[in-house]
Amino acid sequence: MNCGDVIKQLNSYLDGELDETLRWELLAHLEQCTDCRVVVDTTRKTIELYCNSEPLPLPTDVRQRLNEALTRKLMGPAS
Amino acid sequence: MPTHLANETELVEAARGGDAEAFTTLVNQYDRNIYRLALNITGNPEDAEDVLQETFLKAYANLSKFQGNSRFYTWIVRIGVNEALMKLRKRKSDRTVSLDERVETGEDEYMPREVVDWGENPEQRYARRELNDILSAALNELEPGFRIVVYLRDVENLSTEETAEMLDLSVPAVKSRLLRGRLKLRERLNQHFRRAPGGPEGGKLKRWMNQLFKRG
Repeated sequence: MNCGDVIKQLNSYLDGELDETLRWELLAHLEQCTDCRVVVDTTRKTIELYCNSEPLPLPTDVRQRLNEALTRKLMGPAS
Repeated sequence: MPTHLANETELVEAARGGDAEAFTTLVNQYDRNIYRLALNITGNPEDAEDVLQETFLKAYANLSKFQGNSRFYTWIVRIGVNEALMKLRKRKSDRTVSLDERVETGEDEYMPREVVDWGENPEQRYARRELNDILSAALNELEPGFRIVVYLRDVENLSTEETAEMLDLSVPAVKSRLLRGRLKLRERLNQHFRRAPGGPEGGKLKRWMNQLFKRG
């Protein structure tokens, strides 16, 4: 496996969808290629950061307008 | 994925029966997630607010259709994505964004220019809010075709198949955009997270990247 193959298989590897043979080939390449190791590690970290990111609370005015819109609907005449 | 309320099933049942308070509890549990989703798809706070309201109004009107075999949140996300995409497509005429157009851009944009280690965990280096701002800004800089795919897969944790179905894209198209999107994000985050100023990356990897993206 070369650097280009690693990039092509990057998502499958990081998402745990790579079959065993390819996974071993990829790991063998990472053993001897610092560049690919860094790309794999930082891409993994990128995914992890987004996956763990928490949304900020709604801005107060946005929530207020949402609640008003819902109140109009919920309390209004049945449609 | 947000934590869901322990009594969610009961709340949904009560809301279905017309209990406005139960529905409001559900809304306030997930509104920030839906707002973030809308903001990421539409890329515009005004549109995001409309989408937020429309999503929950539509959810309320369609509560009887919620089967209960998926999580309430997943159901809401589906509605939110549809509303946000409709909004995005309506904007198509006056903005240069579209999900359908080819997402090819200049190679320089997604080709890694540097391969540098990030050192210690970004979570330890930045306060939560600051980290949030960095992540949002990096994602917002992506073209919608990449941004939405990465958002649905990596933030909302939808499967490739679900993402493809929601966006009306093929599975290979989702995979290709996800790969490029993740690589672009990694590149953008480099400037914040890198351990030390790095030199240009190794030539061999760069050539491979170049070829890969050329084939697109």
